[in-house]
Amino acid sequence: MTWIAIGHIDDIPVRGARCVKTPEGKIAVFRTAENEVFAIDDHCPHKGGPLSEGIVHGKAVTCPLHNWVISLESGEALGADEGSVRTISVRNEDGKLSISLESAVLAAAE
Amino acid sequence: MAEKLVIIGNGMAPGRMLEHLLEQAPDRYQVTIFNAEPRVNYDRIMLSPVLSGEKTYEQIVIHGDGWYIAHGITLYKGHKIVAIDRAAKTVTSDHGVTESYDKLVIATGSVPFILPLPGKELPGVLTYRDLDDVNAMLLAAQSREKAIVIGGGLLGLEAAAGLAERGMDVTVLHVMPTLMERQLDPAAGYLLQKAVEERGIKVICKANTKAILGEDKVEGVELEDGRVIPATLVVMAVGIRPSVGLAKDAGLAINRGIVVDGGMRTSDGNILALGECAEVGGMVYGLVAPLYEMARVAAAHLAGDSTPAFVHSDTPTKLKVTGIDLYSLGDFADGDDREEIVLRDASAGVYKRLVIKDDRIIGTVLYGDTGDGPWFNDLKKKGSDISEMRETLIFGQAYQGGVPLDPMAAVAALPDDAEICGCNGVCKGKIVSTITGKGLTTLDGVRAHTKASASCGNCTGLVEQLMALTLGDAYNPAAVTPMCGCTDFGHDDVRRLIKAKKLKTIPAVMQELEWKTSCGCAKCRPALNYYLVCDWPDEYADDYQSRFVNERVHANIQKDGTYSVVPRMWGGVTSSSELRAIADVVDRFEIPMVKVTGGQRIDMLGIKKEDLPAVWAELGKAGFVSGQAYAKGLRTVKTCVGSDWCRFGTQDSTGLGIRIEKFMWGSWTPAKVKMAVSGCPRNCAEATCKDVGVICVDSGFEIHFAGAAGLDIKGTEVLGLVRTEDEALEVIAALTQMYREQARYLERIYKWAKRVGVDEVRRQVLDDPDKRRAYFDRFVFSQKFAQVDPWSERVSGKDKHEFRPMASVGFNAAAE
Repeated sequence: MTWIAIGHIDDIPVRGARCVKTPEGKIAVFRTAENEVFAIDDHCPHKGGPLSEGIVHGKAVTCPLHNWVISLESGEALGADEGSVRTISVRNEDGKLSISLESAVLAAAE
Repeated sequence: MAEKLVIIGNGMAPGRMLEHLLEQAPDRYQVTIFNAEPRVNYDRIMLSPVLSGEKTYEQIVIHGDGWYIAHGITLYKGHKIVAIDRAAKTVTSDHGVTESYDKLVIATGSVPFILPLPGKELPGVLTYRDLDDVNAMLLAAQSREKAIVIGGGLLGLEAAAGLAERGMDVTVLHVMPTLMERQLDPAAGYLLQKAVEERGIKVICKANTKAILGEDKVEGVELEDGRVIPATLVVMAVGIRPSVGLAKDAGLAINRGIVVDGGMRTSDGNILALGECAEVGGMVYGLVAPLYEMARVAAAHLAGDSTPAFVHSDTPTKLKVTGIDLYSLGDFADGDDREEIVLRDASAGVYKRLVIKDDRIIGTVLYGDTGDGPWFNDLKKKGSDISEMRETLIFGQAYQGGVPLDPMAAVAALPDDAEICGCNGVCKGKIVSTITGKGLTTLDGVRAHTKASASCGNCTGLVEQLMALTLGDAYNPAAVTPMCGCTDFGHDDVRRLIKAKKLKTIPAVMQELEWKTSCGCAKCRPALNYYLVCDWPDEYADDYQSRFVNERVHANIQKDGTYSVVPRMWGGVTSSSELRAIADVVDRFEIPMVKVTGGQRIDMLGIKKEDLPAVWAELGKAGFVSGQAYAKGLRTVKTCVGSDWCRFGTQDSTGLGIRIEKFMWGSWTPAKVKMAVSGCPRNCAEATCKDVGVICVDSGFEIHFAGAAGLDIKGTEVLGLVRTEDEALEVIAALTQMYREQARYLERIYKWAKRVGVDEVRRQVLDDPDKRRAYFDRFVFSQKFAQVDPWSERVSGKDKHEFRPMASVGFNAAAE
């Protein structure tokens, strides 16, 4: 696993998200009202909606396409829906954010 | 031949008496009412919510004009009776109307007591008694200056809270050492004072007013101790006095009030008196429950049943100030033969005191937690021996019998004669039997048939529990569906409380209304954001993170995560240069699909989010602004070609459509709003399935609304015909504003109109020019802040982060 710097927490609006592009697709990085940061694939398990565009509430996001609610912590769909999305580890050091990606992904891309 | 019944006064007591009488003996009397107040019968105990802004006058009317017409009752509004001629059996009004009677009912109520102070007649000194007083206070409150309320009783505190809600700096002067000393003991009075002061209201107890100061108008109040308190408004709320002058002149027996027997008969057998002007058993009454009891007795006697007699019973006192819970009942003075049980919880702000004599409750004061009030009242009324449960009595009904009861079980355990609604004196058995007897399933139905919870509404929860108990699963409390899982409040309550409590941010709403989640959810946040934008257009800062993605990035999200962009094309009219610009943008950004929409605009589909600002920049150069095709706002005004081209066209429908669109674009609404203007009844713009439609006719403009062609298909309702374009524009803007202020978020106009009634909308925005103008003005005011093109804002750099990835990682640098 490799930690890769992606930017500063202030780049993300409170209760908002930004995307990080990777060879494997977009990763959505979320900032909650409590300034916690989570990263998950930007791809709703239901029909692939861009989760980074959803409304963030508590530690969850509501997908903008069909209102599935996804836990930012576990990546699991909440409520009656079933499905999950990959979670990615995020490190927050004084606001500087980095995410951990498989070295293989990065190596393959190089 | 019907007997003649004349009623002097049209307050709550005679209103209720008539309801009973019409039920028991509908054809016995020809009824004539003289009312000194120039209006119909309204719920006087709800004046405080009107003052504080939680209700409107229309919402507190008990019997509208139609009710009198439907029952063949003659109502003289604004007629004060000046003489009763008992020998001739006639009454005469100040307008010279003389009416004869077989039976006469005097219900002249009471007048506010005015302290005989110097300066009492200065302009700016008001009482608190009727709607005129409330209107005068509301007018005075616009100044946002200082107000003084003399009197720290029930009325005075309600007036003070209302004036404070309206933005005045309020001081309450009270002559006794603690507030509401007639209903509360000193400890509860102290807690009440703290709660009042927490609302920013100053309280001065032991305040002896010496004089009201001022030359031409009120400037302040001087106390006996020399203190001078400046103010531009002084409200006297020190008590009421029965209005007995008329009865006295007629030679009836008078004491403090008009003396009546248990059957409400005065010293003249053909004349009854009831309400605040009547004195029965040596008592006069000001609370509504005993007055309604008088109404019931009087009606029975008039209907020919002389058995019922008025019996005194204590009525609980409650304060109608949002957020302050107090309950007081009976006698709570100290005494050698009395014991008391007291519970204090300072941190929770709870105080409970029971006064007990011979193992029976004789008085109760509850502050902060009043849920057990009705139970204590029931024990007191029945004179139940409480010695068995003395240890746990103060904790309330839930702690009796070992196992704590849930609220439902507590209601189930109440006996049939337990009083549920204190205002209207309705007991459990009556509610249950009416629900089953009449097959009622809604709260409104129960209110209509039993009156329970129809007055102050404090017992609404209890009534709903009774409905749930009686109906089981058949009871669907749809009327109070919460907004979402984050709150128990429904949309209407939230909207009302945002206004009443002047809540101006989402965190303030969540804090004050006790949201159950830390920052809401995807259902409530966009709704709250809209309500706040609508209510405080100049003060509220839009919260982008509470907007659905479409409104955050000003384009429509599509299934593949790309966006579609619709520029505004006013009234559906375009030009070669606009079309050329669109064609250039399509080429340059390789936009895969271009489509003409149902609303006569051009849709460019399949645009990548990153490209949006550049697309908008290009479109902006050609003069386009956002078509808001993504918005819960005004989207399109569709038109036909109208009189300029069409051989049938009666008016310039294209011109009017453009005018409406230019006037109204940018406005946020609870749900999308689509409009259309057709130049003749052939209706080529399909105006009769729009949220608002106009059909031009020779004589003017027929305005339609509440159509739909979406999930539901529904033709419009006709609002009415206006003569000029200017009138059409004013009516449409007023209608839209009424909808903006009243609808629940995501509720389309047709659903809102169904809920409030087409007639009501027509009455407010077409028939009432003042109201229409007020709605129109509020719409215009909010447009000052709303009519900003979001595309040009983004092109100039606002919210840049939205359209760029935060980072790109893992790509081979050379490959990029």
